[in-house]
Amino acid sequence: MTDSLPLLFAATLSAGTVLAIASLGLLINERAGVINLGAEGMMLVAAVAGFATAFHTGSDWLGFGAGALAGAAMAAAFGVLVIWLDTNQIATGLAASLFGGGFSAFVGIGYVQEHLRDRAQHAWPVLGDLPVLGPALFRQHPMVYLAMLLALGIWYFLYRSRAGLVLRAVGESPAAAHALGYRVRRIRLAAVIAGGALCGVAGAYLSVVYTPLWAEGMVAGRGWIALALTTFATWRPARVLLGAYLFGGVTMLQFHLQAAGVQVASQWLTMLPYLATIAVLALLSRNPAWIRANMPAALGKPFHPGD
Amino acid sequence: MKHLPRRSVLAGAGCGALAAALLLSACGKKEEPAATAPAATAAAAPASAASGPLKVAFAYIGPVGDAGWTFAHDRARKAMEKELGTQVQTSIVEKVPEGADAERVFRDLAAQGNALVFGTSFGYMEPMLKAAADNPGVKFEHATGYKTAANLRTYDSRTYEGAYLAGIVAGGMTKTGKLGVVGSVPIPEVVRNIDSFTLGALSVNPNVTVKIVWVNEWYNPPKETEGAQSLIDGGADVLFQNTDSSAVLQTAEKNGRYGLGWDSDMSAYGPKAHLASAVIDWSPYYIKSVKDVLAGTWQTGRSWWGVKEGAIDLVAISDKVPAEVKAKVDQAKQGLKDGSFVIWKGPIANNKGEVVLPAGKTADDMFLGGIKFYVKGVEGHVPGAQ
Repeated sequence: MTDSLPLLFAATLSAGTVLAIASLGLLINERAGVINLGAEGMMLVAAVAGFATAFHTGSDWLGFGAGALAGAAMAAAFGVLVIWLDTNQIATGLAASLFGGGFSAFVGIGYVQEHLRDRAQHAWPVLGDLPVLGPALFRQHPMVYLAMLLALGIWYFLYRSRAGLVLRAVGESPAAAHALGYRVRRIRLAAVIAGGALCGVAGAYLSVVYTPLWAEGMVAGRGWIALALTTFATWRPARVLLGAYLFGGVTMLQFHLQAAGVQVASQWLTMLPYLATIAVLALLSRNPAWIRANMPAALGKPFHPGD
Repeated sequence: MKHLPRRSVLAGAGCGALAAALLLSACGKKEEPAATAPAATAAAAPASAASGPLKVAFAYIGPVGDAGWTFAHDRARKAMEKELGTQVQTSIVEKVPEGADAERVFRDLAAQGNALVFGTSFGYMEPMLKAAADNPGVKFEHATGYKTAANLRTYDSRTYEGAYLAGIVAGGMTKTGKLGVVGSVPIPEVVRNIDSFTLGALSVNPNVTVKIVWVNEWYNPPKETEGAQSLIDGGADVLFQNTDSSAVLQTAEKNGRYGLGWDSDMSAYGPKAHLASAVIDWSPYYIKSVKDVLAGTWQTGRSWWGVKEGAIDLVAISDKVPAEVKAKVDQAKQGLKDGSFVIWKGPIANNKGEVVLPAGKTADDMFLGGIKFYVKGVEGHVPGAQ
């Protein structure tokens, strides 16, 4: 077991990355006051777009780009519906999720049998050869490190930049932001699109790097977990990252325990990631005042400048 | 090929279609196929169906594009169609959910003039039983079920024979002596496959141990990837799976280990890792079944076909596999074909050391249907057992 600890750690980072990127994206649009339950559908459409692009061009990075575009396009449609046409955010999000599931399956029919060429382990030149630390930290796909940088960047944006302050104001009190002359609906749309693009990158990472194939419904609930994670992490970037790695870590741990022959029913172990993540994040956020302080006050509420 | 549900042009003419179906099953064999009649015309004019080809329908649990279970059935359907040419006209319904909806689909298929209807999922058992009772003129074939009726019979394939052959290759190729299996759902069928895989590996390498991780799903590629990764991290150097995607093989490829294909030839997914693929070929059975109906010799019963009948095989064996291991595979295959070799023959002990099959005794299908233990060589115990 001790030999495999660095490997478990590495697998944890890898498994948590999909959730981290998607949750951070959702955090942006929720901070602006829009809740997008379409995450699962956006990730699926992005997964097929990313896979198809990587398949045809041979470039993973173009695949991520296509995934981001697909996610952004779906999010933009969602944004126009809920922000200007005033459809219910919950219902529209659910519809987007169902639509994405069906649409991606339809578009992906031709890619089911396909596979991407030249899948190799990534390793940093010198650092990857270090004992213990090498396998634990420095043999990951670049996207794993980018996800960490992304969390840092979003933290800086939200809490240290003027634009971030405006974004939070739009989510806290759209009327006040409007009174100050900010175009609330456009800012919300931009946030929704950014969130969709990141969900798209997460979906493409899943189908291009993590499990390099396209399969119908392959996101398998990660969009919903990302949504829950954003809430449980009380809309804080660092906690989102922590929650994502925690979830990934317990997911991998239960497989490692099975492989190590630990005598626990595998069905029980399957529940473990969900239980552990909820327990830890609930403990971290057990102070109700803290939740109130962090939850965007206008989350899920439409805004009309004329009212 | 037609997709039926969107073309229920016969809804108003249900009686006519039913009559046509009865007529068809009674005398279809004597008729010459109307080769020149386009399919659309035939569908629009039910009366002409009686003089046309035998109508055969398939209800699938998944999309044809799942690359696994449903894909294999559909490939066999096409092979059957090719073999029998204009004598048959097939149609499919994809993604039929198990339960009440299935019953409606089976009744529809019968009403639309199909003489032979295949259902390819275990959960269609009761719906097919009901539809069969009300459509005595239509023959029903249910994959993996165990209930039969006068016009409903069951068929299945001995996937564990493929698992055994794959085990021979895995046992012959492992360097660490540790094999890893990503299990889907711990039911007897899957446990039987894992055990057979282990018996195959032990037959060439008495020192192998087999580790199992269960993902508790049939098809969830990211989860299969995670399970495979943890097996590799634990030291396994040849991976096998009972799940439906190629994710496990691809994970082996990425990590420079060996993997095996399941259900269909997966060599393209991991050119370096792939050692062999255990495949199911349903076409011999589909051809036989249609021929039975055409000849009027169709009778109810149960079929469990394996290597002997050409339903199970190990294909695409890699050049990396040494000749003596390949010879072992051929030897086992030949033995299964001519009946001189039986996989489940005692003495076989479980991994607690208790004899489950005494020396010289051969397991019957009843025994094989209820395997809830790991054989010696597999680590851990079956989830949910004891």
